Amino acid sequence: MLNITRFGLLLTACLLLSGCAESNYTWGWHIVSPFDARGQTNLQFLMNGVFSTISVALVSITCSVILGLLVALPSLSKNKPLLFLSRIYVEVFRAVPMLVLILWVYYGVPVLTGLQLSVFFAGVIALALCDSAFEAEIFRAGLQSIEDGQREAADALGLSYGDKLRFIILPQAVRRVLPPLGNQFVYMLKASSLLSVIGYSELTRRANELVVVEYRPLEIYTLLVLEYLVLILLASWCVRKLEHRLARSDRTATR
Amino acid sequence: MTPTQPASPDAVVRLSDVQKFYGDYAALRDINLDVQAGEKVIICGPSGSGKSTLIRCLNRLEVHDGGKIVVDGVEMDGDTKNLATIRSEVGMVFQQFNLFPHMTVLDNLILAPMRVRKCTRDEAKDIAMSLLERVRIPEQADKYPSQLSGGQQQRVAIARALCMKPRILLFDEPTSALDPEMISEVLDVMAELASEGMTMICVTHEMGFARKVADTMVFMDKGQIVEKAPTEQFFNTPQSPRTQIFLDQILSH
Repeated sequence: MLNITRFGLLLTACLLLSGCAESNYTWGWHIVSPFDARGQTNLQFLMNGVFSTISVALVSITCSVILGLLVALPSLSKNKPLLFLSRIYVEVFRAVPMLVLILWVYYGVPVLTGLQLSVFFAGVIALALCDSAFEAEIFRAGLQSIEDGQREAADALGLSYGDKLRFIILPQAVRRVLPPLGNQFVYMLKASSLLSVIGYSELTRRANELVVVEYRPLEIYTLLVLEYLVLILLASWCVRKLEHRLARSDRTATR
Repeated sequence: MTPTQPASPDAVVRLSDVQKFYGDYAALRDINLDVQAGEKVIICGPSGSGKSTLIRCLNRLEVHDGGKIVVDGVEMDGDTKNLATIRSEVGMVFQQFNLFPHMTVLDNLILAPMRVRKCTRDEAKDIAMSLLERVRIPEQADKYPSQLSGGQQQRVAIARALCMKPRILLFDEPTSALDPEMISEVLDVMAELASEGMTMICVTHEMGFARKVADTMVFMDKGQIVEKAPTEQFFNTPQSPRTQIFLDQILSH
Protein backbone atom coordinates (compact mmCIF):
# COMPACT_ATOMS: atom_id res chain seq x y z
CA MET A 1 0.00 0.00 0.00
CA LEU A 2 2.68 2.49 1.06
CA ASN A 3 4.84 1.48 -1.88
CA ILE A 4 2.06 2.16 -4.37
CA THR A 5 1.42 5.59 -2.89
CA ARG A 6 5.10 6.43 -2.96
CA PHE A 7 5.41 5.24 -6.54
CA GLY A 8 2.40 7.32 -7.59
CA LEU A 9 3.75 10.47 -5.98
CA LEU A 10 7.16 9.91 -7.52
CA LEU A 11 5.63 9.44 -10.94
CA THR A 12 3.63 12.64 -10.64
CA ALA A 13 6.66 14.56 -9.48
CA CYS A 14 8.68 13.27 -12.43
CA LEU A 15 5.96 14.29 -14.86
CA LEU A 16 5.80 17.78 -13.40
CA LEU A 17 9.57 18.21 -13.45
CA SER A 18 9.96 17.00 -17.02
CA GLY A 19 7.19 19.38 -18.00
CA CYS A 20 9.19 22.23 -16.48
CA ALA A 21 12.39 21.25 -18.18
CA GLU A 22 11.11 20.88 -21.69
CA SER A 23 9.21 24.09 -22.13
CA ASN A 24 9.20 27.63 -20.99
CA TYR A 25 5.83 27.15 -19.41
CA THR A 26 5.24 29.35 -16.40
CA TRP A 27 3.36 27.42 -13.79
CA GLY A 28 0.29 29.09 -12.33
CA TRP A 29 -0.30 26.94 -9.27
CA HIS A 30 -1.66 29.98 -7.42
CA ILE A 31 -5.06 29.39 -9.03
CA VAL A 32 -5.43 26.24 -6.95
CA SER A 33 -3.17 27.19 -4.06
CA PRO A 34 -4.60 26.88 -0.56
CA PHE A 35 -2.50 29.93 0.39
CA ASP A 36 -4.19 32.23 -2.05
CA ALA A 37 -7.71 33.61 -1.66
CA ARG A 38 -8.82 32.81 -5.22
CA GLY A 39 -6.92 29.53 -5.12
CA GLN A 40 -8.79 28.57 -1.98
CA THR A 41 -12.19 29.20 -3.55
CA ASN A 42 -11.21 27.23 -6.67
CA LEU A 43 -9.79 24.40 -4.65
CA GLN A 44 -12.92 24.14 -2.59
CA PHE A 45 -15.05 24.19 -5.73
CA LEU A 46 -13.02 21.34 -7.25
CA MET A 47 -12.80 19.21 -4.12
CA ASN A 48 -16.50 19.43 -3.34
CA GLY A 49 -17.09 17.34 -6.45
CA VAL A 50 -15.71 14.35 -4.57
CA PHE A 51 -19.01 13.81 -2.74
CA SER A 52 -20.90 13.65 -6.01
CA THR A 53 -18.34 11.26 -7.47
CA ILE A 54 -18.48 8.96 -4.44
CA SER A 55 -22.25 9.03 -4.06
CA VAL A 56 -23.01 8.31 -7.72
CA ALA A 57 -20.41 5.51 -7.76
CA LEU A 58 -21.78 3.95 -4.56
CA VAL A 59 -25.41 4.04 -5.68
CA SER A 60 -24.49 2.75 -9.14
CA ILE A 61 -22.34 -0.12 -7.88
CA THR A 62 -25.06 -1.16 -5.42
CA CYS A 63 -27.69 -1.24 -8.16
CA SER A 64 -25.39 -3.00 -10.58
CA VAL A 65 -24.36 -5.66 -8.05
CA ILE A 66 -28.02 -6.44 -7.34
CA LEU A 67 -28.86 -6.45 -11.06
CA GLY A 68 -25.79 -8.53 -11.85
CA LEU A 69 -26.67 -11.10 -9.21
CA LEU A 70 -30.23 -11.41 -10.52
CA VAL A 71 -28.95 -11.83 -14.05
CA ALA A 72 -26.41 -14.45 -12.92
CA LEU A 73 -28.82 -16.57 -10.85
CA PRO A 74 -30.24 -18.52 -13.83
CA SER A 75 -26.76 -19.99 -14.33
CA LEU A 76 -27.53 -22.22 -11.31
CA SER A 77 -30.61 -23.66 -12.98
CA LYS A 78 -31.10 -25.56 -16.18
CA ASN A 79 -33.98 -23.34 -17.27
CA LYS A 80 -33.21 -22.76 -20.96
CA PRO A 81 -35.33 -19.62 -21.61
CA LEU A 82 -34.02 -17.91 -18.46
CA LEU A 83 -30.43 -18.80 -19.33
CA PHE A 84 -30.96 -17.41 -22.82
CA LEU A 85 -32.41 -14.13 -21.48
CA SER A 86 -29.52 -13.71 -19.09
CA ARG A 87 -27.06 -14.38 -21.93
CA ILE A 88 -28.73 -11.74 -24.14
CA TYR A 89 -28.70 -9.19 -21.33
CA VAL A 90 -24.99 -9.65 -20.73
CA GLU A 91 -24.12 -9.53 -24.43
CA VAL A 92 -26.14 -6.37 -25.06
CA PHE A 93 -24.97 -4.29 -22.13
CA ARG A 94 -21.39 -5.45 -22.49
CA ALA A 95 -21.42 -4.29 -26.08
CA VAL A 96 -22.72 -0.75 -25.54
CA PRO A 97 -20.03 1.83 -24.66
CA MET A 98 -20.71 3.45 -21.32
CA LEU A 99 -20.58 6.99 -22.70
CA VAL A 100 -23.07 6.10 -25.40
CA LEU A 101 -25.50 4.63 -22.89
CA ILE A 102 -25.16 7.70 -20.67
CA LEU A 103 -26.08 9.97 -23.58
CA TRP A 104 -28.88 7.67 -24.69
CA VAL A 105 -30.44 7.46 -21.23
CA TYR A 106 -30.13 11.18 -20.48
CA TYR A 107 -31.25 12.55 -23.84
CA GLY A 108 -33.22 9.62 -25.22
CA VAL A 109 -35.33 8.31 -22.34
CA PRO A 110 -37.13 11.66 -21.72
CA VAL A 111 -38.17 11.72 -25.39
CA LEU A 112 -39.38 8.12 -25.21
CA THR A 113 -41.24 8.39 -21.92
CA GLY A 114 -41.86 12.08 -21.42
CA LEU A 115 -40.10 11.67 -18.07
CA GLN A 116 -37.39 14.23 -17.29
CA LEU A 117 -34.54 12.42 -15.52
CA SER A 118 -32.17 14.21 -13.16
CA VAL A 119 -28.51 13.90 -14.18
CA PHE A 120 -27.84 11.86 -11.07
CA PHE A 121 -30.64 9.41 -11.79
CA ALA A 122 -29.82 9.12 -15.48
CA GLY A 123 -26.19 8.57 -14.56
CA VAL A 124 -27.01 5.83 -12.09
CA ILE A 125 -29.21 4.01 -14.62
CA ALA A 126 -26.58 4.13 -17.34
CA LEU A 127 -23.62 3.20 -15.14
CA ALA A 128 -25.53 0.45 -13.34
CA LEU A 129 -26.83 -1.13 -16.55
CA CYS A 130 -23.43 -1.12 -18.24
CA ASP A 131 -21.61 -2.41 -15.20
CA SER A 132 -24.22 -5.04 -14.31
CA ALA A 133 -23.23 -7.09 -17.36
CA PHE A 134 -19.74 -7.45 -15.90
CA GLU A 135 -21.05 -8.06 -12.40
CA ALA A 136 -23.24 -10.83 -13.80
CA GLU A 137 -20.22 -12.51 -15.36
CA ILE A 138 -18.32 -12.23 -12.09
CA PHE A 139 -21.21 -13.73 -10.12
CA ARG A 140 -21.73 -16.47 -12.68
CA ALA A 141 -18.12 -17.55 -12.32
CA GLY A 142 -18.45 -17.36 -8.53
CA LEU A 143 -21.67 -19.35 -8.37
CA GLN A 144 -20.37 -22.01 -10.71
CA SER A 145 -17.17 -22.36 -8.70
CA ILE A 146 -19.12 -23.78 -5.75
CA GLU A 147 -18.65 -27.57 -5.76
CA ASP A 148 -21.67 -29.72 -6.67
CA GLY A 149 -21.27 -31.47 -3.34
CA GLN A 150 -22.35 -28.31 -1.50
CA ARG A 151 -25.61 -28.18 -3.43
CA GLU A 152 -26.15 -31.90 -2.98
CA ALA A 153 -25.55 -31.72 0.77
CA ALA A 154 -28.05 -28.87 1.05
CA ASP A 155 -30.59 -30.81 -1.03
CA ALA A 156 -30.07 -34.00 0.96
CA LEU A 157 -30.77 -32.08 4.18
CA GLY A 158 -34.08 -30.94 2.70
CA LEU A 159 -33.22 -27.23 2.56
CA SER A 160 -35.49 -25.20 0.29
CA TYR A 161 -34.10 -23.55 -2.84
CA GLY A 162 -34.09 -20.14 -1.14
CA ASP A 163 -32.34 -21.42 1.99
CA LYS A 164 -29.79 -23.27 -0.09
CA LEU A 165 -29.00 -20.04 -1.92
CA ARG A 166 -29.02 -17.86 1.18
CA PHE A 167 -27.06 -20.02 3.61
CA ILE A 168 -24.88 -22.25 1.46
CA ILE A 169 -24.21 -20.95 -2.03
CA LEU A 170 -24.24 -17.17 -1.83
CA PRO A 171 -22.07 -16.78 1.30
CA GLN A 172 -19.38 -18.91 -0.31
CA ALA A 173 -19.73 -17.34 -3.75
CA VAL A 174 -19.63 -13.77 -2.41
CA ARG A 175 -16.38 -14.45 -0.58
CA ARG A 176 -14.85 -15.73 -3.79
CA VAL A 177 -15.99 -12.81 -5.96
CA LEU A 178 -15.14 -10.05 -3.51
CA PRO A 179 -11.77 -9.16 -5.09
CA PRO A 180 -13.24 -8.71 -8.60
CA LEU A 181 -16.23 -6.83 -7.12
CA GLY A 182 -13.76 -4.47 -5.44
CA ASN A 183 -12.10 -3.90 -8.78
CA GLN A 184 -15.45 -3.06 -10.31
CA PHE A 185 -16.05 -0.45 -7.62
CA VAL A 186 -12.74 1.21 -8.41
CA TYR A 187 -13.64 1.08 -12.07
CA MET A 188 -17.01 2.66 -11.27
CA LEU A 189 -15.33 5.55 -9.46
CA LYS A 190 -13.35 6.25 -12.60
CA ALA A 191 -16.27 5.70 -14.97
CA SER A 192 -18.34 8.29 -13.07
CA SER A 193 -16.11 10.94 -14.71
CA LEU A 194 -18.03 10.23 -17.93
CA LEU A 195 -21.10 11.79 -16.33
CA SER A 196 -19.38 15.17 -16.79
CA VAL A 197 -20.70 15.17 -20.36
CA ILE A 198 -24.31 15.36 -19.18
CA GLY A 199 -23.45 18.04 -16.64
CA TYR A 200 -23.30 16.00 -13.45
CA SER A 201 -21.26 18.19 -11.15
CA GLU A 202 -18.61 15.67 -10.02
CA LEU A 203 -14.82 16.03 -9.98
CA THR A 204 -14.23 16.05 -13.74
CA ARG A 205 -17.13 18.35 -14.58
CA ARG A 206 -15.95 20.89 -12.03
CA ALA A 207 -12.41 20.74 -13.39
CA ASN A 208 -13.77 21.35 -16.90
CA GLU A 209 -15.78 24.31 -15.71
CA LEU A 210 -12.83 25.83 -13.91
CA VAL A 211 -10.57 25.39 -16.94
CA VAL A 212 -12.99 27.45 -18.98
CA VAL A 213 -12.78 30.24 -16.42
CA GLU A 214 -9.10 30.13 -15.52
CA TYR A 215 -7.45 28.91 -18.77
CA ARG A 216 -5.09 26.74 -16.73
CA PRO A 217 -5.77 23.18 -18.02
CA LEU A 218 -2.37 21.75 -17.02
CA GLU A 219 -2.60 22.75 -13.35
CA ILE A 220 -6.26 21.96 -12.98
CA TYR A 221 -6.17 18.58 -14.73
CA THR A 222 -3.01 17.65 -12.86
CA LEU A 223 -4.89 18.34 -9.64
CA LEU A 224 -7.77 16.26 -11.01
CA VAL A 225 -5.42 13.34 -11.64
CA LEU A 226 -4.17 13.60 -8.06
CA GLU A 227 -7.72 13.74 -6.73
CA TYR A 228 -8.63 10.48 -8.51
CA LEU A 229 -5.36 8.90 -7.46
CA VAL A 230 -5.96 9.58 -3.78
CA LEU A 231 -9.61 8.59 -3.99
CA ILE A 232 -8.90 5.30 -5.72
CA LEU A 233 -5.95 4.35 -3.56
CA LEU A 234 -8.17 4.91 -0.54
CA ALA A 235 -10.96 2.84 -2.06
CA SER A 236 -8.58 -0.01 -2.94
CA TRP A 237 -7.26 0.05 0.59
CA CYS A 238 -10.76 -0.22 2.05
CA VAL A 239 -11.62 -3.11 -0.28
CA ARG A 240 -8.45 -4.94 0.73
CA LYS A 241 -9.28 -4.44 4.41
CA LEU A 242 -12.69 -5.96 3.83
CA GLU A 243 -11.17 -8.93 1.99
CA HIS A 244 -8.76 -9.56 4.84
CA ARG A 245 -11.56 -9.48 7.35
CA LEU A 246 -13.61 -11.98 5.37
CA ALA A 247 -10.57 -14.14 4.69
CA ARG A 248 -9.95 -14.41 8.41
CA SER A 249 -13.48 -15.62 9.14
CA ASP A 250 -13.49 -17.81 6.07
CA ARG A 251 -12.09 -21.30 5.92
CA THR A 252 -11.29 -22.65 2.52
CA ALA A 253 -12.81 -25.80 1.09
CA THR A 254 -12.73 -28.94 3.18
CA ARG A 255 -10.72 -31.16 0.92
CA MET B 1 -30.63 -63.01 -13.11
CA THR B 2 -32.46 -60.40 -11.10
CA PRO B 3 -33.95 -62.08 -8.08
CA THR B 4 -37.64 -61.49 -7.73
CA GLN B 5 -38.72 -59.77 -4.56
CA PRO B 6 -41.17 -61.32 -2.17
CA ALA B 7 -43.93 -58.78 -1.61
CA SER B 8 -43.43 -57.25 1.81
CA PRO B 9 -45.96 -54.69 2.95
CA ASP B 10 -43.79 -52.97 5.58
CA ALA B 11 -40.82 -52.09 3.36
CA VAL B 12 -39.59 -48.52 4.01
CA VAL B 13 -37.84 -48.37 0.68
CA ARG B 14 -39.24 -50.09 -2.37
CA LEU B 15 -37.82 -49.92 -5.86
CA SER B 16 -39.62 -51.60 -8.72
CA ASP B 17 -38.21 -51.82 -12.22
CA VAL B 18 -36.15 -48.66 -11.77
CA GLN B 19 -34.28 -47.46 -14.85
CA LYS B 20 -31.74 -44.68 -15.23
CA PHE B 21 -30.03 -43.58 -18.41
CA TYR B 22 -27.25 -41.16 -19.19
CA GLY B 23 -27.95 -40.59 -22.86
CA ASP B 24 -27.86 -44.10 -24.31
CA TYR B 25 -25.88 -45.51 -21.44
CA ALA B 26 -28.00 -47.51 -18.99
CA ALA B 27 -26.74 -46.67 -15.50
CA LEU B 28 -29.51 -48.67 -13.82
CA ARG B 29 -31.56 -51.46 -15.37
CA ASP B 30 -34.63 -53.15 -13.88
CA ILE B 31 -33.70 -52.51 -10.28
CA ASN B 32 -35.99 -54.22 -7.79
CA LEU B 33 -35.15 -53.85 -4.14
CA ASP B 34 -37.08 -53.78 -0.87
CA VAL B 35 -35.58 -52.56 2.37
CA GLN B 36 -37.34 -53.25 5.67
CA ALA B 37 -37.38 -50.90 8.64
CA GLY B 38 -34.20 -51.43 10.64
CA GLU B 39 -32.54 -53.43 7.89
CA LYS B 40 -28.88 -52.82 7.03
CA VAL B 41 -28.25 -53.21 3.35
CA ILE B 42 -24.77 -53.00 1.95
CA ILE B 43 -24.28 -52.55 -1.76
CA CYS B 44 -21.00 -53.51 -3.36
CA GLY B 45 -19.71 -53.97 -6.85
CA PRO B 46 -17.03 -52.79 -9.26
CA SER B 47 -16.77 -49.08 -10.04
CA GLY B 48 -19.22 -47.93 -12.67
CA SER B 49 -21.69 -50.63 -11.65
CA GLY B 50 -24.35 -48.09 -10.66
CA LYS B 51 -24.16 -48.40 -6.85
CA SER B 52 -23.82 -44.66 -6.26
CA THR B 53 -26.45 -43.85 -8.85
CA LEU B 54 -28.85 -46.23 -7.14
CA ILE B 55 -28.34 -44.72 -3.71
CA ARG B 56 -28.57 -41.17 -5.09
CA CYS B 57 -31.91 -41.98 -6.69
CA LEU B 58 -33.32 -42.67 -3.23
CA ASN B 59 -33.32 -38.98 -2.31
CA ARG B 60 -33.54 -37.76 -5.87
CA LEU B 61 -30.08 -36.33 -6.24
CA GLU B 62 -30.42 -38.33 -9.44
CA VAL B 63 -33.78 -38.51 -11.17
CA HIS B 64 -34.72 -42.01 -12.31
CA ASP B 65 -36.14 -42.41 -15.80
CA GLY B 66 -38.45 -45.37 -15.30
CA GLY B 67 -40.01 -47.60 -12.69
CA LYS B 68 -41.18 -46.68 -9.25
CA ILE B 69 -39.38 -45.61 -6.07
CA VAL B 70 -41.40 -45.48 -2.85
CA VAL B 71 -39.64 -44.20 0.26
CA ASP B 72 -41.41 -44.34 3.60
CA GLY B 73 -44.76 -44.71 1.87
CA VAL B 74 -44.26 -41.68 -0.39
CA GLU B 75 -43.77 -42.17 -4.08
CA MET B 76 -40.89 -40.26 -5.59
CA ASP B 77 -42.13 -38.26 -8.55
CA GLY B 78 -41.81 -34.70 -9.80
CA ASP B 79 -43.95 -33.40 -6.92
CA THR B 80 -41.79 -31.03 -4.84
CA LYS B 81 -43.90 -31.56 -1.74
CA ASN B 82 -43.25 -35.30 -1.84
CA LEU B 83 -39.59 -34.60 -2.39
CA ALA B 84 -39.35 -32.35 0.66
CA THR B 85 -41.08 -34.99 2.77
CA ILE B 86 -38.75 -37.72 1.60
CA ARG B 87 -35.60 -35.66 1.96
CA SER B 88 -36.39 -34.77 5.53
CA GLU B 89 -36.78 -38.51 6.33
CA VAL B 90 -33.68 -39.67 4.49
CA GLY B 91 -30.21 -38.61 5.65
CA MET B 92 -27.16 -38.90 3.44
CA VAL B 93 -23.44 -39.15 4.08
CA PHE B 94 -21.16 -38.43 1.14
CA GLN B 95 -17.78 -39.72 0.11
CA GLN B 96 -16.33 -36.19 0.17
CA PHE B 97 -18.13 -35.21 3.42
CA ASN B 98 -19.54 -32.04 1.79
CA LEU B 99 -19.53 -30.09 5.02
CA PHE B 100 -20.23 -26.37 4.64
CA PRO B 101 -16.73 -24.85 4.89
CA HIS B 102 -17.88 -21.35 5.83
CA MET B 103 -19.75 -22.54 8.93
CA THR B 104 -18.57 -23.93 12.24
CA VAL B 105 -19.26 -27.57 13.01
CA LEU B 106 -22.18 -26.58 15.22
CA ASP B 107 -23.69 -24.32 12.55
CA ASN B 108 -23.35 -27.14 10.03
CA LEU B 109 -25.46 -29.27 12.34
CA ILE B 110 -28.18 -26.84 13.40
CA LEU B 111 -28.93 -25.24 10.02
CA ALA B 112 -31.34 -27.85 8.68
CA PRO B 113 -33.18 -28.51 11.97
CA MET B 114 -33.79 -24.76 12.30
CA ARG B 115 -34.76 -24.09 8.69
CA VAL B 116 -36.56 -27.31 7.78
CA ARG B 117 -37.82 -28.63 11.12
CA LYS B 118 -38.38 -25.10 12.48
CA CYS B 119 -36.62 -25.89 15.76
CA THR B 120 -35.48 -22.97 17.90
CA ARG B 121 -31.76 -22.36 18.08
CA ASP B 122 -31.55 -23.83 21.59
CA GLU B 123 -33.47 -26.97 20.66
CA ALA B 124 -31.30 -27.49 17.60
CA LYS B 125 -28.17 -26.88 19.66
CA ASP B 126 -29.22 -29.48 22.23
CA ILE B 127 -29.78 -32.08 19.52
CA ALA B 128 -26.51 -31.15 17.81
CA MET B 129 -24.42 -31.36 20.97
CA SER B 130 -25.86 -34.72 21.97
CA LEU B 131 -25.08 -36.05 18.49
CA LEU B 132 -21.55 -34.66 18.58
CA GLU B 133 -21.11 -36.58 21.85
CA ARG B 134 -22.38 -39.67 20.11
CA VAL B 135 -19.80 -39.35 17.35
CA ARG B 136 -17.28 -38.48 20.08
CA ILE B 137 -16.21 -34.98 19.03
CA PRO B 138 -18.21 -32.53 21.18
CA GLU B 139 -15.04 -30.48 21.77
CA GLN B 140 -14.85 -29.59 18.04
CA ALA B 141 -18.23 -27.83 17.93
CA ASP B 142 -16.85 -24.35 17.41
CA LYS B 143 -14.18 -25.25 14.90
CA TYR B 144 -14.41 -24.97 11.14
CA PRO B 145 -14.42 -28.14 9.03
CA SER B 146 -10.97 -27.42 7.55
CA GLN B 147 -9.46 -27.54 11.05
CA LEU B 148 -10.58 -31.16 11.48
CA SER B 149 -9.07 -34.41 10.22
CA GLY B 150 -10.86 -36.34 7.50
CA GLY B 151 -12.21 -38.89 9.96
CA GLN B 152 -13.53 -36.15 12.22
CA GLN B 153 -15.12 -34.37 9.27
CA GLN B 154 -16.92 -37.52 8.21
CA ARG B 155 -18.18 -38.04 11.77
CA VAL B 156 -19.48 -34.46 11.74
CA ALA B 157 -21.20 -35.25 8.44
CA ILE B 158 -22.87 -38.29 10.03
CA ALA B 159 -23.99 -36.15 12.97
CA ARG B 160 -25.33 -33.54 10.55
CA ALA B 161 -27.42 -36.17 8.78
CA LEU B 162 -28.68 -37.49 12.13
CA CYS B 163 -29.70 -34.02 13.27
CA MET B 164 -32.76 -34.25 11.05
CA LYS B 165 -33.78 -37.44 12.90
CA PRO B 166 -34.06 -39.38 9.63
CA ARG B 167 -35.69 -42.79 9.45
CA ILE B 168 -33.25 -43.94 6.81
CA LEU B 169 -29.55 -43.20 6.38
CA LEU B 170 -27.75 -43.46 3.06
CA PHE B 171 -23.96 -43.79 2.93
CA ASP B 172 -22.18 -43.26 -0.37
CA GLU B 173 -18.70 -44.75 0.04
CA PRO B 174 -18.22 -42.95 3.37
CA THR B 175 -14.64 -44.14 3.94
CA SER B 176 -13.24 -43.99 0.41
CA ALA B 177 -11.80 -40.49 0.76
CA LEU B 178 -10.21 -41.19 4.15
CA ASP B 179 -6.64 -41.95 5.08
CA PRO B 180 -6.39 -45.61 6.15
CA GLU B 181 -5.83 -44.85 9.83
CA MET B 182 -9.08 -42.88 10.02
CA ILE B 183 -11.36 -45.45 8.47
CA SER B 184 -12.03 -47.39 11.64
CA GLU B 185 -13.20 -44.39 13.68
CA VAL B 186 -15.90 -43.75 11.07
CA LEU B 187 -16.85 -47.40 10.72
CA ASP B 188 -17.14 -47.68 14.51
CA VAL B 189 -19.65 -44.86 14.59
CA MET B 190 -21.59 -46.47 11.74
CA ALA B 191 -21.60 -49.86 13.46
CA GLU B 192 -22.92 -48.24 16.60
CA LEU B 193 -25.74 -46.60 14.64
CA ALA B 194 -26.54 -49.94 13.06
CA SER B 195 -26.78 -51.60 16.45
CA GLU B 196 -29.28 -48.96 17.53
CA GLY B 197 -31.71 -50.03 14.85
CA MET B 198 -31.26 -47.36 12.17
CA THR B 199 -32.27 -48.37 8.67
CA MET B 200 -29.09 -48.10 6.64
CA ILE B 201 -28.26 -48.42 2.98
CA CYS B 202 -24.56 -48.22 2.42
CA VAL B 203 -22.28 -48.37 -0.59
CA THR B 204 -18.85 -49.49 0.55
CA HIS B 205 -15.84 -51.64 -0.26
CA GLU B 206 -15.16 -52.37 3.41
CA MET B 207 -16.05 -56.05 3.39
CA GLY B 208 -15.00 -56.63 7.00
CA PHE B 209 -17.47 -53.98 8.09
CA ALA B 210 -20.12 -55.42 5.77
CA ARG B 211 -19.74 -58.87 7.25
CA LYS B 212 -20.10 -57.51 10.76
CA VAL B 213 -22.99 -55.11 10.22
CA ALA B 214 -25.04 -55.99 7.15
CA ASP B 215 -28.25 -57.99 7.21
CA THR B 216 -28.41 -58.10 3.45
CA MET B 217 -25.71 -57.85 0.81
CA VAL B 218 -26.39 -56.58 -2.69
CA PHE B 219 -23.90 -57.09 -5.50
CA MET B 220 -24.27 -54.89 -8.55
CA ASP B 221 -22.60 -55.00 -11.93
CA LYS B 222 -23.27 -53.06 -15.14
CA GLY B 223 -26.30 -51.29 -13.72
CA GLN B 224 -28.05 -54.42 -12.52
CA ILE B 225 -28.48 -56.22 -9.23
CA VAL B 226 -26.65 -59.48 -9.82
CA GLU B 227 -27.14 -60.98 -6.40
CA LYS B 228 -29.00 -60.13 -3.24
CA ALA B 229 -28.58 -62.41 -0.26
CA PRO B 230 -28.37 -62.53 3.53
CA THR B 231 -24.82 -61.64 4.59
CA GLU B 232 -23.59 -65.09 5.66
CA GLN B 233 -24.91 -66.75 2.55
CA PHE B 234 -23.50 -63.99 0.33
CA PHE B 235 -19.96 -64.41 1.61
CA ASN B 236 -19.96 -68.19 2.13
CA THR B 237 -21.95 -69.47 -0.83
CA PRO B 238 -22.32 -66.76 -3.47
CA GLN B 239 -24.60 -67.99 -6.25
CA SER B 240 -23.50 -65.94 -9.23
CA PRO B 241 -20.08 -66.54 -10.82
CA ARG B 242 -19.67 -62.75 -11.17
CA THR B 243 -20.14 -62.33 -7.43
CA GLN B 244 -17.60 -65.08 -6.80
CA ILE B 245 -15.02 -63.40 -8.99
CA PHE B 246 -15.62 -60.02 -7.37
CA LEU B 247 -15.35 -61.46 -3.86
CA ASP B 248 -12.19 -63.35 -4.77
CA GLN B 249 -10.62 -60.15 -6.06
CA ILE B 250 -11.60 -58.00 -3.14
CA LEU B 251 -10.91 -60.54 -0.38
CA SER B 252 -7.76 -62.12 -1.78
CA HIS B 253 -5.32 -59.62 -0.30
